[in-house]
Amino acid sequence: MAAEAHSPLAQFEIQPLGGPIHIGGLDVSFTNSSLWMVIAVAAITAFMLLGTRKQAIVPGRWQSLCEGMYDFVSNMLRDNVGQEGRAYFPFVFSLFMFILFANVLGLLPGAFTVTSHIVVTGAMALFIFVMVTIVGIVRHGLHFFTYFAPQGAPMWLMPLMIPIEIISYAIRPMTLSIRLFANMVAGHVMLAVIGGFAFALGVWAGWLPIAAVTALFGLELLIACLQAYVFTILTCIYLHDAIHLH
Amino acid sequence: MDIEAARFIGAGLAVIALGGAGAGLGVLFGNYLNAAVRNPAAAEKWFGRMMMTFALVEATGLFAFVVAMIILFV
Amino acid sequence: MPQFNPEYFAPQLVWLVITFLALYLLMSRLILPRINGILAQREDRIDGNLQRAEALKEEAAQVLAGYQKAIADARAQAQAALAKAAADIAAETAAREAEFARKMADQTAAAEAGIRAAKTRALADVRGIAGEVAAMMAGKVADTSVDANAAAEAVDSVMKERT
Repeated sequence: MAAEAHSPLAQFEIQPLGGPIHIGGLDVSFTNSSLWMVIAVAAITAFMLLGTRKQAIVPGRWQSLCEGMYDFVSNMLRDNVGQEGRAYFPFVFSLFMFILFANVLGLLPGAFTVTSHIVVTGAMALFIFVMVTIVGIVRHGLHFFTYFAPQGAPMWLMPLMIPIEIISYAIRPMTLSIRLFANMVAGHVMLAVIGGFAFALGVWAGWLPIAAVTALFGLELLIACLQAYVFTILTCIYLHDAIHLH
Repeated sequence: MDIEAARFIGAGLAVIALGGAGAGLGVLFGNYLNAAVRNPAAAEKWFGRMMMTFALVEATGLFAFVVAMIILFV
Repeated sequence: MPQFNPEYFAPQLVWLVITFLALYLLMSRLILPRINGILAQREDRIDGNLQRAEALKEEAAQVLAGYQKAIADARAQAQAALAKAAADIAAETAAREAEFARKMADQTAAAEAGIRAAKTRALADVRGIAGEVAAMMAGKVADTSVDANAAAEAVDSVMKERT
């Protein structure tokens, strides 16, 4: 059942901008999703570049914000992964900034939320899963698979523990992607539904849903930042597991 | 039974799981407040951890929401 | 739900790869080294400032030591000068006192000499008067005339006995 034009799901509809482009049988049409990805990347780059343009020793407000984000991700990586995680800092930082900006920009009225699509979050989560597994296998060789047998567990529990560990490991990309995707979808659907009430109730009672939407918007802003943080910190924790094997 | 009606019933049943998420959030925030009131000095330190757990718990409820959405619209 | 429409899976994935790769390159090549540079520069500056502060502190300590030494020198000099002045004054006083004493002694000696001279003169006068008185007494009492010289001799002898 496709969503109708004014259903709360209409905001997730993908519309091609310009004609469809095909390269070697691959559909690479520039859609509104692509547009907001490009906007997010441009916004991040502009934000960081303009914030640090003075390269001041005593930072201004903007530069402090840029350095604060750097420190925030840097500390997160150091606390959760340790010194070995330094090599992944650019990746983790890009990931955090991309999700943060995609989430927050998606909250703008009329904007498209890139991270509300399971393909996007799923691709990111799957990439992280594969990367983390490869890192673990490269660092530890076959010893990596002892990860699935928790140390200190009694031997007779192993037939139970090992499948549980394998499932909980394999399910990671799903939980990671669905968490972000569902948060974004639920938030936007809720905003759209309650915003729709404002039209339905008209002038006399319409302010009530609008007040609710205003409050929910604050919550959604919090969730947008929080989900970026959670996605990043879980990436860090997975990296830690791969590097240190518990 | 009409397939459409079964769809709605299924979606409704799926979001029952949100009750669990609600209970979990209540436990989480209740325990945080309990701890924070007992030791306000340490409250700040655990706020970030609490928010992260909030996101994790909330996500569990949202899985149910996604299931309901899939039942309804896919 | 539009999210489960596979029609637009491929373009989203392609653009996600393109944009994220661009973001990764921009961050790792441009932004992060830049912030890293700023932070390193700040750390250097703070270290430099700390070192300079240390140097300044040392210098200040040296200046303080020099100042204290100068003060001590000046005090010693002042004390020496004071002692010298005191010694000079004492010496002068002593000299003056000595001179004064000498003068006084001279005057005393002169006065004593005068007194002695007056005494001997008075004594001589007394002798003469005594001789005359004795001669007159002798003439008046004994009604004998006594030679003035004899009377004087007698007085002399009596005075010699008495003194």
